Amino acid sequence: MANLISFTDKGLFCEAGNFYIDPWLPVERALITHAHSDHAKSGNQFYLCHKDSKPILELRLGMNNYQTVEWDEPIFMNGVKISFHPAGHIIGSSQIRLEYKDEVWVVSGDYKREDDGISGTFEPLKCNVFITESTFGLPIYKWKPQQEIYADIINWISKNKETGKASILISYSLGKAQRVLQALKETTQTIFAHGAIFNMQQTLIDAGWDLTPVVRITPETPKELLKETVVIAPPGAEGTSWMKKFYPHSIGVCSGWMQVRGNARRRNVDAGFALSDHADWNALLTTVKETGAERVFVTHGFQDAFSRYLNEQNIAISAEVKTQFGDEDEEANSPLEIKNEEPKMYE
Amino acid sequence: MRRPIRHWKSKMKNRKCMNEITDIENKKGLQLFAQLVSEISSSTKTNDKLQSLIDYFATAPDEDKVWVIAIFSGRRPRRAVNSRLMREWCLEIIGIPDWLFGECHSTVGDFSETLALLLSEVEIVNPRNENLGFYLENFISIEKEDESIKKKFIVESWQQMNHEEKFVFNKLITGSFRIGVSQKTIVNALAKVVSLSSSIIAHRISGNWDPVTTSFKDLLGENSSVTDFSKPYPFYLAYAIDDSVETLGEPNLWQAEWKWDGIRGQMIKRNNEIFVWSRGEELMTDKFPEYFILKDLLPDGVVLDGEIIPAVDGKPLPFAVLQTRIGRKNISKKQLQEAPICFFAYDLMEYNYEDWRDKPLSERRKKLEEIILPIHNKAIQLSPIIDFNSWNELAALREKSREKNSEGIMLKRKDSVYKVGRKRGDWWKWKIDPLTIDCVMIYAQKGSGRRSNLYTDYTFAVKDGDELISFTKAYSGLTDKEFAQIDYFVKRNSIEKFGPVRTVKPELVFEIAFEGIAASNRHKSGVALRFPRMSRWRKDKRVDEINTLDDLKEMLRLYGR
Repeated sequence: MANLISFTDKGLFCEAGNFYIDPWLPVERALITHAHSDHAKSGNQFYLCHKDSKPILELRLGMNNYQTVEWDEPIFMNGVKISFHPAGHIIGSSQIRLEYKDEVWVVSGDYKREDDGISGTFEPLKCNVFITESTFGLPIYKWKPQQEIYADIINWISKNKETGKASILISYSLGKAQRVLQALKETTQTIFAHGAIFNMQQTLIDAGWDLTPVVRITPETPKELLKETVVIAPPGAEGTSWMKKFYPHSIGVCSGWMQVRGNARRRNVDAGFALSDHADWNALLTTVKETGAERVFVTHGFQDAFSRYLNEQNIAISAEVKTQFGDEDEEANSPLEIKNEEPKMYE
Repeated sequence: MRRPIRHWKSKMKNRKCMNEITDIENKKGLQLFAQLVSEISSSTKTNDKLQSLIDYFATAPDEDKVWVIAIFSGRRPRRAVNSRLMREWCLEIIGIPDWLFGECHSTVGDFSETLALLLSEVEIVNPRNENLGFYLENFISIEKEDESIKKKFIVESWQQMNHEEKFVFNKLITGSFRIGVSQKTIVNALAKVVSLSSSIIAHRISGNWDPVTTSFKDLLGENSSVTDFSKPYPFYLAYAIDDSVETLGEPNLWQAEWKWDGIRGQMIKRNNEIFVWSRGEELMTDKFPEYFILKDLLPDGVVLDGEIIPAVDGKPLPFAVLQTRIGRKNISKKQLQEAPICFFAYDLMEYNYEDWRDKPLSERRKKLEEIILPIHNKAIQLSPIIDFNSWNELAALREKSREKNSEGIMLKRKDSVYKVGRKRGDWWKWKIDPLTIDCVMIYAQKGSGRRSNLYTDYTFAVKDGDELISFTKAYSGLTDKEFAQIDYFVKRNSIEKFGPVRTVKPELVFEIAFEGIAASNRHKSGVALRFPRMSRWRKDKRVDEINTLDDLKEMLRLYGR
């Protein structure tokens, strides 16, 4: 039997249903796992996504032909049964389950197992074939519980206050920023933000999310007001003159890559917090096992190592797949430090 | 003078008692050290690093301070356990295959950190809170023991430590601490906590002392009575001149010398003994038997600064010749004949047991000549002064450096005192431009430290007809941004994978700069380069425009010897 999903130049293609999942070139029908720009590109004629992804896609890709679904709400395309299920990665992020002729395939998109309170609770899905990410697919990546990391961040902020410094937290504007802001809600009264973070946060609040409001920093924001405050900024703002406004300051980066000290040193930041929106090694393994999949395709990340391990340990028959995922996701691609979000000084 | 090693056992007994008393107040020796390392390596400003060190020296137990000074100045116990065994034990504990360890290691870029990360789930059964000294002294005592005893100590230690502690513990066993703290910063920090001047501290912590037998009081007490005849002075180092030499003013205020391509050395004759130190503060006396005779020829109480370099008839040989002597324990007769070592003296730091560093260079030079000229022995000679009247004249002479196997010219103010460490102003190095060649990158490997998980270590090739012949590796010379771009290219254009090495589509052209070239049968190309680095990324050049193997051979013919 032909594979339900094939790996083409444009992306993951389901021939039976005549649609793509997270295509990187424009297609007729695209199913979108989540709104990060390496998974959601512009130019498709039709988008199918979870309802929580839609406001974000509109912000980033403009008005398009979007159709939304709830989690676990089946949809049929040419006889292929499609459903979206929480992936726990960012708001709206979903695994996509396909069922056709008694075979079930699941595309994970990006996912994390720890419930952050806003991105949905990841649920493992039984399937025959599982297509998984592997951003942190090495056993050196094992995350501390998020509460411990939040405590570290809060300690760091109060230490900065004691020494008269502002705390600048570098977080990707979609995903990490919302998560960090939720964590700081209790301990910090006013949180300032770069325009890119503000826009995303406001979009989500307008869409009905009960999220921590932030104060947008504009050229008019008086410098005195920013003394010893907490500022959330996207990676693109790192090292630009925009930062000067907060001097004296301390810079902390929230990213899974901060697990390895060399990465933090390279970025020349004062503190690194290994807070990730991706599954760590143990979570990847657990998930693969819980899906019960006989075959596992491994995409973006340490796909060769993770795939080889699955084969050797007889966990599944596995193969690595080259995709273009990870190219523009800050977290999936930290070593390159590609500045996905051009730092418009003030939006 | 090396103190007999047998003392350490009795000393350790004493330490034990001391520990029991001080344990109450200083519970966290290793933790304090781990915190210091983490602070230093994450801070980006020298002042913050200095403050961390000051805080450390103000609070840490005395025995640990001695060890920290020792570690940061390259005095560590011999490696007690090799990394192969540590890797084995780690794999056994966490149950992953060896190749996966390899993948992790090449991604992290640091062995000790890889171990600590992989062992993150090893539960802390019984936190021990020992001092740093406890672990280091144990390393010494298990060095000669059976594998099983070593294993027990290492594995049990891992089980008592958090991540940061595991990391520094592994570092202490396996590698050197390269965390961006200069000796100068250590000295400055110590100067804030003990009542001695920086220059005295710098002198006290240099030389031949053993952290096991030396107490903090011995080392940095106000009236330490221990005399160490071997103790060297800190070297004065020059910066490369960044402006044109004309900015230095009147030429006659300056003394010019050839800059030799050997090993900077300090020769000490005291108490009728000879000691030779390298700039890295390694005692190298035994490596150069040629110098033994100087014990009878040099006056007592003299310290010389100069270059350790092979020379025949007073003419220096290329660095490649010296390399045949470095790192050898036993030196053969043949080597002594083919690479006879000479000391090219260029400064005098001590005369008649008196510190001469505060006297002007002109006076030191005069006395130096008085000492060296009467000695007619091929083991020592004066490094000559270059006669010149104008900067133009000197510039012309500099162009001939390579013929003399020299790297260029040293400029020293005639009235300069002998300073400590690298200082601007009075001494400058004026090196000749490096040799360069255009080539293409063919292999890439991930780097280490702050280049973790980035492809930054490359192998380059020149053309030979249709073939590409690899001839050198290079790791440095590009900006972080360029490295990031190349990393991006490598990840998308790798052809094959051999362990950590990727073969890369031969497309990126670089200009490699290097200081010297020598014949070598260890490389396919038949040449070995000295100090190769990437001087430019030639985005304007295509692969068919790179240099050829014949070009390289021609360079070997011209500059090889």
